[in-house]
Amino acid sequence: MRVTIITFPGSNCDRDVSVAIKKITGKNPSNIWHQENEVPNCDLIILPGGFSYGDYLRCGAVAAHSPVMKEVKNHAARGGAVLGICNGFQILLEAKLLEGALIRNSGLKFVCKRVALKINKQINSPFLHHFKQNDIIHLPIAHNEGNYFADSETLKQIEDKGLVALRYHTSSDGNSFNPNGSVNNIAAILSDNGKVLGMMPHPERYVDNELGGLDGFEFLKSTLEQLS
Amino acid sequence: MKFKINIFLKKGVLDPEGKAIENALLNNGYNKVNDVRVGKTISLNIKSDIKSDALEQVTLMCKEMLVNNVIEDFEIVPSEEDK
Repeated sequence: MRVTIITFPGSNCDRDVSVAIKKITGKNPSNIWHQENEVPNCDLIILPGGFSYGDYLRCGAVAAHSPVMKEVKNHAARGGAVLGICNGFQILLEAKLLEGALIRNSGLKFVCKRVALKINKQINSPFLHHFKQNDIIHLPIAHNEGNYFADSETLKQIEDKGLVALRYHTSSDGNSFNPNGSVNNIAAILSDNGKVLGMMPHPERYVDNELGGLDGFEFLKSTLEQLS
Repeated sequence: MKFKINIFLKKGVLDPEGKAIENALLNNGYNKVNDVRVGKTISLNIKSDIKSDALEQVTLMCKEMLVNNVIEDFEIVPSEEDK
């Protein structure tokens, strides 16, 4: 199982993702700098969370034009798997590897909390293989621009193709339904082939019970098993 | 040639900053104000004297990077000193 994690200037979850991957696979992932023109041959590329380029221009917009992104696009075009978490999701959207955009949270506040998420499994994807339709998982979110938006036509296509992977869901302890105003409660979306996933929640932060839960561990572990 | 690029969120896209400013204006007695939108301006210079070439380059960079057409509209304005 070969995982490559890309660090952009301002990424701050790259180390957390590395630790999570090491914990699951026992092997260190490759960490590469965004200026690289080559990506090591790998099964999964992860774009971690953070504030690449200080969110200048738009979140993820400058990072999406980094030299390494050409290779990320080539990897995706070959059917390779790519996971974008939080700022990584924003980068995937700006790079047009996924459709739509992430805008300012409707409540105007940075939201940092544990949320309940409902699995929407309509297409084959290594990221969802482990789960059943409507399974509920809990992961933390931490973002200011996580309000997913797409025009009505694009949104209809995304829904018709079953590309929504996760939706915010009211948990039994009454945690709020939609933390950021995302249309259709969307928290994560897939590419048409199911191999590129962008998600606002942070699975790498829930890989230890001491830190809140193991749902992130299960999510990443099952994904890595599918891809190896 | 110098240009200014004005970028605004599309109609229908949440503009919380515009909304907050609108509410503040209303609270301060400007009760005829509505439709407040906040955008941004990027100014730049293209090292070319051929206006059509320069404009073409600016348009391309807007479409490829400076503007996200999912949520934003833009207008390109040649700067005063070049008019």
